[in-house]
Amino acid sequence: MLTLDRVTLTQGDFRLDADWTLQAGGLTVVIGPSGGGKSTLLAGIAGFLQPDEGQVRWDGKDLTPLPPGKRPVSMIFQDNNLFPHLTAAQNIGLALRPRLWMSTTEQRQVDDALARVGLTGMGDRKPGALSGGQQSRVALARLLLADRPLVLLDEPFAALGPALKDEMFELVRTLLVDSGKTVLMITHDPEDAKRIAEQTILVADNQASAPQATEALFADPPPTLSRYLGS
Amino acid sequence: MAQRAVSISLRLTSGAAALLVVVLTLGTLATVGWRAVPRGGLSAADLSAIRFTVWQAVLSAVFSIALAIPTARALARRKFPGRGVLVTLLGAPFLLPVIVAVLGLLAVFGRGGILNTALGQFGIDPVSIYGLWGVVLAHVFFNLPLATRLILQGWVEIPSERFRLAATLNAPVFSLLEWPMLRRVVPGIFLVVFLICLTSFAVALTLGGGPRATTVELAIYQAVRFDFDLGRAALLSCVQFGLCAIAAFLAFRVTLTEGFGVGLDRVVPRWDGRVWLDVCVLVLVTLFLLLPLTMILLRGLPALLTLPSEVWPAAWRSVWVAGLATGLTILLALAMALRGGRVMQGIGVLPLAASPLVVGTGLFLMIYPFASPPRFALAVTIMVNAALALPFALRALSPAVATVESDYGRLADQLNLTCWSRLRLVILPRIRRPLGFAAGLAAALSMGDLGVIALFATEDQATLPLVMYRLMGSYRMEAAAAAGLLLVALSLGAFWICDRGGRMNADA
Repeated sequence: MLTLDRVTLTQGDFRLDADWTLQAGGLTVVIGPSGGGKSTLLAGIAGFLQPDEGQVRWDGKDLTPLPPGKRPVSMIFQDNNLFPHLTAAQNIGLALRPRLWMSTTEQRQVDDALARVGLTGMGDRKPGALSGGQQSRVALARLLLADRPLVLLDEPFAALGPALKDEMFELVRTLLVDSGKTVLMITHDPEDAKRIAEQTILVADNQASAPQATEALFADPPPTLSRYLGS
Repeated sequence: MAQRAVSISLRLTSGAAALLVVVLTLGTLATVGWRAVPRGGLSAADLSAIRFTVWQAVLSAVFSIALAIPTARALARRKFPGRGVLVTLLGAPFLLPVIVAVLGLLAVFGRGGILNTALGQFGIDPVSIYGLWGVVLAHVFFNLPLATRLILQGWVEIPSERFRLAATLNAPVFSLLEWPMLRRVVPGIFLVVFLICLTSFAVALTLGGGPRATTVELAIYQAVRFDFDLGRAALLSCVQFGLCAIAAFLAFRVTLTEGFGVGLDRVVPRWDGRVWLDVCVLVLVTLFLLLPLTMILLRGLPALLTLPSEVWPAAWRSVWVAGLATGLTILLALAMALRGGRVMQGIGVLPLAASPLVVGTGLFLMIYPFASPPRFALAVTIMVNAALALPFALRALSPAVATVESDYGRLADQLNLTCWSRLRLVILPRIRRPLGFAAGLAAALSMGDLGVIALFATEDQATLPLVMYRLMGSYRMEAAAAAGLLLVALSLGAFWICDRGGRMNADA
C-alpha cells in the first residue's frame, strides 16, 4: 500500500501536491498534460526528489529518509535505462550484484530472466546491438530480478511503435502485475489508460489526484481531464 | 534537487587532492613570500625583467592573434586535400617539447640557419634570433596554432544559414558576422596566449638572457641556481605570481570557447573572399610550422645512431617521471571532478596562475632546512608537472563526469551503485575517451618539460630535455637534434598510447 501523506514536491517554481493512498497490486496509469508534474510525482516516490512537506510511505513505513537505491521501488526511465558499455546480462545482473561479481546461481537467474522476456541467448550483446523493443525487454528483465514490490514506469515505451508497445504492455501485465507487483505507469495517451489500467491518477493543475477506477473516470471526466482530452 | 550522496571516502580523497594542489600553489607561494619580506625592494634589473616579461608577452599575443585570424579564416572557408591533416598539425605544438621547437627555430632563423644563409647570398647582414624578437618568434610558433584552433572554433560555430542569408542580401560578411564573432572570442584567446607567454621559461632560458632579455622566470632561475640568493628569488616569485594571477583572473572572466572540441572538420560554404590570399596564408603558416621540425629531422636522423651515452639514461628517467606525473594528475583530476562544485573548480585552475619556477622555488625552500633539495629533484619535478597539467585534465574530465551523472546518475542511484562500484562500472567506462586524452596530454607535457628540473637537478638526475639543453649549450647541435627527435618520439608516443587506449573498444 503506497501512501502519499499530504506530500508537497517542488522543483524550482513548480509545485505539486498529493494526498492519497494506493492499494497494493494492479496497474495504475498516471495521466495528464506535459509539464503537469507526472515525472515529478514519480521522482518523489522513487526518492530522487525530497518532499518539502509530508511523507511517502510503503505499507506504513516512511520512505523519506531512504536513498533511491534502498527503497522498495524499481523504476524504468524514459531513456538511458541501460549502460551502453555493459552487456545485456551485466545490465540485468546489476539488480542482483551492484559489483557484478556473480556466482553461477546468479548467472542462471540472469539467464532465466532473459528467457522470461524472450531474449534467450542474447545476454552477451551490448545495448547498441539490440533493437529498441529488445532494450526495453532487458530493462524489464532487470525489474524482474530486482524483485521490488513497487514498479514505476516513466513512459518507457513512448519511442516504440504501436505493435511493439502492445507487446510490452502485455509483458508488464503478465510478468509484473500478475505476480503481485504494484505498477505505476506514466502515459500521455488516454487510450493506453482505458485499455490497460484498472486505475488512473490524474496529474494537472499542481495536483496529483487520488487514484480512481479508470472506466468511471473517463465515463464522467472532471473539468481538468476534459480539458486535457480536448472534448 | 535530487540529493547525491557524497561518500566519505570520496570526500577524503578529493579533500586530500585539493589540499595538495593548494599546498603546491598557494603553500609554496606563502613559503616564498615569507622569505621575501626581510629583503629590500626590487632592483633596477628586476624592474627591467618585469617590463621585459610583460612586453614580450604582449607582443607574442598580438602577433599570434594577428596571424591566427587570417589563418583561421582561410581554414574556415576553404576545402582542400590535407585540410584535416593541417588542423591536426595545429594541435601538435601544444604537445611539442619547447626545447625541441627552439632547436628547430635556431636551425631556420639562427646564426648558421637557412634564413641567414639566404640573406648572406644577397650580402645582407645576418639577423640574430637571440633577444626579444627570438623570444617572440618562439612564442608565436607555439601560440599561433593554438590561437588558430580557438578562433577557427568560433568561425565554424557561425551557422551556415547566416552566411547564406548574407550572400543573398549581398551584405558585408565581415562586419555582419565575422567581426561580432571575433570580438566575442579574441579577448579570451589573447589573455590565454598572454598568460602562457608570461610563464614560459624554457624559451627565455634558451633564446633570452642578458640584461635586456631576461624574464622574471629566468631571473628567479638565475637567483636560485647561480647567485643562491633565495630572498631575491622569493621576491621575484611573488611578482611572477601576481602577474599570472591578474592575467588568469582576467582570462577566467572572459569566457573562452572550448578549443579541443569537435566540429573543426566542417567547412562552411561561402560566397566571398579571394582564393589566392587564403592560399598564401596557409602556405606560409604551414612552412613556418613545418620547416623547423623538418630541420630537426634532417639534422637529427644521421646522429641518432651515435647518441651521447648520457642520453639513454636520461630518456628512461623522463619516461618514468612522465608516467608517475601522469598517474598523479589523473588521480587528482578524477578525485576533484567526481566531487565537483565551485570550490574544486576554483582550486583546479590555481596551477594556471602558478609558475613552475615559483612552485619549484617554494618547494626548494620547504625542503632546504631538512635535506639537500637536489636529492628530491625528480620527486619535485613529478609533483610540479602533475599540478601544471591538472587544469587541462580537469577541463577534459569535469564535463564528461557531469554528463555521465546527468545521463545515468538516476539509474545508478536506483540500482544502489555507490562508491567504487559506481566508479568502476559506470563512470570510468563512460569517460574513457576524455580520460585517455587527459592522460596523454599530461604525459606529453611532463615528458617535454624543461622547467623546475633545471632548477634542481644535478649531473646524474637530468631528464631528456635537460640533457638536450646541455648539449645545445656546448654547441653539439647534431647530437641535440638527435636527442630532440627521441624526445619528440617519446612525447607524441606517450600521448598517442594514452589517447588511443581511451578510444579503443570504447562504446558510444
